[in-house]
Amino acid sequence: MTKIEVTSPVCYAPDELFACSAPQRFAVEQYRKDFPTLSQQVHGHPVAYLDTGASAQKPRMVIEAMTRFMENDYANIHRGVHELSQRATDKYEAVRGTVQRFINAEHEDEIVFTHGATDSINLVAQSWGRKFLKAGDEIVITALEHHANIVPWQMLREQLGIVLRIVPVTPEGEVRLEDVKAALSPKTKLVAFAHVSNVLGTILPAAEIVALAHAAGALTLIDGCQAVAHMPVDVRALDTDFYVFSGHKLYGPTGIGILYGKRDILAKMPPYQGGGDMIASVTFAETTYKEPPHRFEAGTPPITEVIGLGAAIEYLSVIGMARIARHEDEMLAYATEKLSRINSLRIIGVAKKKSGIVSFVMENAHPHDIGTILDRCGVAIRAGHHCAQPLMEHLELGATARASFGLYTTREDIDALVAALEKVREIFG
Amino acid sequence: MSDDLRELYQDLILDHGKRPRNFRAPATANREALGHNPLCGDRLNLYVTVDDKGVIQDAAFQGSGCAISVASASMMTEMLRGKTAEEAAHLFDYLHNSCTGKPADAAGLDEDAIDRIKALAGVRDYPIRVKCATLAWHTLQAALKNEKKVSTE
Repeated sequence: MTKIEVTSPVCYAPDELFACSAPQRFAVEQYRKDFPTLSQQVHGHPVAYLDTGASAQKPRMVIEAMTRFMENDYANIHRGVHELSQRATDKYEAVRGTVQRFINAEHEDEIVFTHGATDSINLVAQSWGRKFLKAGDEIVITALEHHANIVPWQMLREQLGIVLRIVPVTPEGEVRLEDVKAALSPKTKLVAFAHVSNVLGTILPAAEIVALAHAAGALTLIDGCQAVAHMPVDVRALDTDFYVFSGHKLYGPTGIGILYGKRDILAKMPPYQGGGDMIASVTFAETTYKEPPHRFEAGTPPITEVIGLGAAIEYLSVIGMARIARHEDEMLAYATEKLSRINSLRIIGVAKKKSGIVSFVMENAHPHDIGTILDRCGVAIRAGHHCAQPLMEHLELGATARASFGLYTTREDIDALVAALEKVREIFG
Repeated sequence: MSDDLRELYQDLILDHGKRPRNFRAPATANREALGHNPLCGDRLNLYVTVDDKGVIQDAAFQGSGCAISVASASMMTEMLRGKTAEEAAHLFDYLHNSCTGKPADAAGLDEDAIDRIKALAGVRDYPIRVKCATLAWHTLQAALKNEKKVSTE
């Protein structure tokens, strides 16, 4: 097994090194140098990229790992009569172990490569859902879900006649355990929920929700898109049955995602898509399928993107997820404090436990206008419904502006945001 | 404010965005449609009263959206009175071309309408915002064709 090399001009110290010494300053200025996009000017201003929640920028190590792979080792995988194919296969399969260790899964074969979190959820809906659910069975989701964790279940509802139950969200943006409990019934077969809300930043009490679901006899699926890049995630501690995330939000490339599933559950699931690479043998009379995870990886996968994802995880592991979480917590506290001082601004989502996302609205300016003005000041944020229209309706908002943070976010970025918001006030009052 | 933002957010736009004209739902309307821009959540209900000669007697709207889409809807309702569907289509052509930086034919249009449309044409430097400027007009087309819903995505 070949390990992905992470080459960096910076000397990073992993978490363990800090265990018995004073916590060292988070070298954000050094880390920023790893991200080529961040050194540019946009509309004459140094870019302040506050849209990591939509997609994270890519460190040079990821870009170089993908380039190096394509320049040196590229070939199709699992067809290994020749050297290049063998090398590509080894590197591709090694990333499964990288992901396994990153989320502390028990087995490597519990890691399925997909095309993104959306694909992962559709896989569970169409494979597990269609095999194990019947009309009248219930799936519980929360009111703050991304469309990716709503629509696949609605499609399953169309196909099977299952029932979707929605756990409400408090005005502060929290999901209360008693509301989860109230939504559960003997008919509940799955509880699917976001680990962190992409609109409000709320960190859901994931382990507690999983425990409630299991006590009711249901499985769980956690949408970890907004969590894995921002805090340590341990699927065994969570005890969740499924956990999904996308590579591009994890500082990796687009087109690659992960489905984690407990081994015994994946083993019972039929294939999601048919094609090459997922079969054991094919005749016109009968086809037998490979074991998981390969059973779920039909066709030539995004090989180079898997290599890129592996490099991203190595990069993050060297910095340390706990340190990244602490840094982003500091940025969140700083931004919340600064934004709270702006009179006409209201922060949407004030849960006690939040990740680095701040949604807000302003009295006289629509989020879309805010987004345009900020852009001209070099500040990149998201404006709109954030692919969570039911939540926006629940909050009685058409749209919000959203600043979201990453490991490279600095106080200067947030100061640039605040200064640009002054411009918004100049124009709109 | 930087000049290019000033070009987008001209006083006329800000004024109509803040205090939209014809912001009502007249019971007399005989054409209406809902315009929706899912990207930014803009929504507007458009109400048009067309007489039996095909002349627009009244146009009004309600809804919410960004300054550009509200100002565009507001100015449109002012421009439409006394126009036929054909004349409205000509105005829309002129606006669409102006907003996308294409040659725009102003022949036969009144000066007041041209000024308003020129104020909106600042969006040509903001491609993603063109939809905001044209949402009301797409909705108008739907209303005049008696289609109830239009979406700009």
